Parts: sequence; structure tokens; C-alpha cells
Amino acid sequence: MTKTINITLKVWRQNGPQVKGRLETYHADNISTDMSFLEMLDVVNEQLTLSHREPIAFDHDCREGICGMCGAVVNGRPHGHQKGTTICQLHMRQFNDGDTIVVEPWRARAFPIIKDLAVDRSALDKIIQAGGYISANTGAAQDANNITVAQNIAEKAMDAAACIGCGACVAACPNASAMLFSGAKISHLALLPQGKPEAARRVTHMLRAMDELGFGNCSNERECEAECPKEISIVNIARMNREFIKAGFSSSVE
Amino acid sequence: MNWLTKTIGASIGKKLMMAITGLSFIGFLMAHLAGNLTIYGGKDAFNAYAQKLHTIGPVLKVAEIGLLVFAVVHVLTGVWLFYQNYNARPQKYAIKKSGGGRTVGSRTMPYTGLFLLVFVILHLSNFTFTDKSQTTIYEIVSSTFANPFYVMFYIIAMAVAAVHVSHGFWSAFQSLGLNHSKYMPIIMVLSIVFAVVVGVGFGFLPIYISFQA
Ligand code: HEM
Ligand code: FES
Repeated sequence: MTKTINITLKVWRQNGPQVKGRLETYHADNISTDMSFLEMLDVVNEQLTLSHREPIAFDHDCREGICGMCGAVVNGRPHGHQKGTTICQLHMRQFNDGDTIVVEPWRARAFPIIKDLAVDRSALDKIIQAGGYISANTGAAQDANNITVAQNIAEKAMDAAACIGCGACVAACPNASAMLFSGAKISHLALLPQGKPEAARRVTHMLRAMDELGFGNCSNERECEAECPKEISIVNIARMNREFIKAGFSSSVE
Repeated sequence: MNWLTKTIGASIGKKLMMAITGLSFIGFLMAHLAGNLTIYGGKDAFNAYAQKLHTIGPVLKVAEIGLLVFAVVHVLTGVWLFYQNYNARPQKYAIKKSGGGRTVGSRTMPYTGLFLLVFVILHLSNFTFTDKSQTTIYEIVSSTFANPFYVMFYIIAMAVAAVHVSHGFWSAFQSLGLNHSKYMPIIMVLSIVFAVVVGVGFGFLPIYISFQA
């Protein structure tokens, strides 16, 4: 039998980047605990639409925790309080009947609000554009076994590559820093042979881009790794620090 | 030299400065504490230690100037980081809860730091930049701690220093990129050990001296 709960929502409503926003209260009744948080918002939006009010804008795509499009701060926790979960995979069974739930967008200077809970995360794309790639010659691919990668290195690169770029690390960071995102992207390539030739240039340019985009600095608060839906470790930030110091003092990159 | 300013001016570069200067302060604190322990040997042992320290003359001067430069770098960089971090989130959350990463130490770094700055200035004016021609360092120290206000203030300051170090020590290793699965657990434990050594080691001195007087 399906269990249902009644909840009170306080949702951040803001019509555009420049205008003032406010928390508005909504009641969501008879919510099945099998629903995801976003499905619950769908129900609320249906009611709002039927009563000729503006539905709540929020980002989402795959709804299965792999695309990185969704995200909101639920009761003060990015993607909600459940560990290692995106908000699209957060289910209403994590809440109790009668709960009041506050929903806010990611807040950072580098992430301007588009509308309500939807924020512009293109700053993360700009960090990638600054060097988060490898240059490969065209032509037929060589035999895969020509480049050997030790299993433990492949595992570490894979752990870093699990980043879906949702921005929860920035939202969680008391300094709104993008160090976990950048650290994951840099580590993922710096660990592998294909990424090594451009490692010094990559870390230097990506870090400068991060600084210029208005993200904060890392104070090693560790909130990012606690909230990351992919549970990416700050070991990746240390690796980026190492790569940056190495690039700054012992490579020819200026 | 443009590359140098760009490297140390970057976010990671600034943290590199904080880590190098901060770790040096911890090293200094350990040496300072070892020296101060001579107080437990009594008045003569402490005065003899202070005298001995000043016989190394030029080396001491260089160390003092080095510490002063490091202090200026640590404070200015710390304030700059704090300002940038504060500005990185113009609109604060209505509700924000910790996911379990932050500690008392990490939350309060800029505030414990500023308190330490005030303490260091007062401490230097109490014991360093004071006329010692008619008296001994032990006299100065024991007359200072005859005043309960100073005893309290020093104890509080040492507790604050302990909190600063409890995050600062491991954080410096992380900033330097020295995070390794084999050593990080030891470094985390050492953070707490150093914090306790600083807090208890220095914190007990004013109490002991005030009871001696
Ligand atoms: C005996 C005195 C002090 C010691 C032993 C000490 C030690 C340290 C250490 C080891 C760090 C960690 C660096 C890192 O995370 O890489 C640190 C960070 C910091 N210190 Fe100090 N410090 C002292 C005094 C001060 C003072 C006087 C200030 C004044 C403003 C200050 C402000 C800060 C700040 C703001 C940070 C955090 C920087 C950040 O992570 O964003 N400290 N300190
Ligand atoms: S919608 Fe794709 S991760 Fe949540």
C-alpha cells in the first residue's frame, strides 16, 4: 500500500536574475512517499498551473542521477540530506508527515539565478573550456594495449570522472569555491597517460579561469565532499594543488 | 617574474603562502614552548634560558625578522582570502546546514586568526618591547601574571590558538597537495595533538606563574 504524507514547502521564487526573490509557502497534500522530490514538485506545479499561477522553475533532465542537471538546496543541504544522492533520486520517504521543507537555489556569485530554482552554471563550462580536454590527432586509433594504465590509477581516474558537474560542491562550500569540480576534472585527465602532455597548461589555465569567474578560494572545509552526490573526495583537490604548484614552479607554462 | 606573481596570486598560490607561513608558526610555537618550559625549573633557569637565547645574537635577529615577514604575509593573505570568500556568495542562504565536513576550527579560522593578531601585539608589548635594563624577564612575567586579567586573557588566547591549529595543521598539508591515504590519518591525529599541546602547554604557564607569585 502506498503511504502518503502532507508537507509544507517554502520555495525560493525569483522572476529573473536582477529582481528580488522571496520564499513562498505552498502546501503539498497526499504526496506518495514513492515519489522523487522532483515528482513532488511536478505535483505542486500542476496545482499552480491549474490555479493560473506561475509554476516553479527548476532544472532536471535524466532524473536518474547521472546527468548533473538537477539541484537545489533542501533544508540547508544541497540535493537534500541523503548521502550520495541527487535531488532527482531523493525520495519523499526521506521526509515525515507534517514536515516543513525549505527549497533554495544554488547560491554563488558565479551562478546567477535564471528563475526560481534554476541557476546559470555555464561558469563550470568555462572552466572546462579553459583546458579540461586532451588534444588527440585524428586518424585511426592505435591499438588500445599500446598505452598501459595500471588498474589502481584507472580506478582513481574513474572516481574523479564520476563528477556530473551539478555544482553541489559550489553550493555546499562556505566560500562558494569550485575546487572540487576543478580538482575532479583536472585529476581525471592528469592521472592518465593521454592527459599528461598538457597537464601543466591545463591546471594553470583552468585554475585561472576558476579564479576569474568569481568562485571563492578553498579553505579545506570539506563540505563539498560531504555533499557531492558522487562522493568525490578532496584527495582530488590535493592532487590539483600539487599539479598547480608543480606547473607554477617547474614547468615552462607561464 | 610575472609568472611568479601569477602563481602565488592564484587561489592555490595564496593557500600555498598560508600553508608555508602557518606551518612555520607551528614550528616556532614548538620551539617557544620548549624554551618556556624552563619556567618550571624556577626563576634562575628561566632567566638563564632567556640570556642564553640572546647570546646567539644575529641568528636570533634573522629569525625574528623572518617571523615578522611571515606574519605580515599570513595576516594580509588571510584577510584577502576572507574578503574574496565572503564576496563569492553575495546572497546568503535562508537555511544552511553542515553536511559534516566543517569543524569548530575550520569555521572560525579568520576570527581566531584576528584574535591571535591582537594577542600577539599585546604579548610583544608585554614581554618583548619593554624596558629590561632594571629587571629580569622572570620579574616582568611574574608581575604581569599577578594580574588575574592577564591570566584569563592568556588562557583564552591559548585556547583560541589551539582551535586555529586544530584545523590549520592538517589544512596546510592539504593546501600543499600532501594528501596521501597512508599519511593523512596520522596528520589528522597530529592536528589534534598539536592543538592540545599548544592549548595545554602554553595555557598552564600563566596559571603556574600566578600561583608562584
Ligand atoms: C601563532 C599564530 C598562528 C599559527 C600557528 C597559524 C597557523 C595557521 C595554519 C597552519 C593555517 C593553515 C593554512 C592552510 O590552510 O593552508 C592557517 C590558516 C589561516 N590563518 Fe593562521 N596562524 C596563526 C596566526 C594567524 C593570524 C594572526 C591570523 C590573522 C588574521 C591568521 C589567519 C588565518 C586565516 C584566515 C587562515 C585560513 C586561510 C584559509 O584557509 O582561507 N592566522 N593558520
Ligand atoms: S536530473 Fe539528471 S542527475 Fe538529476
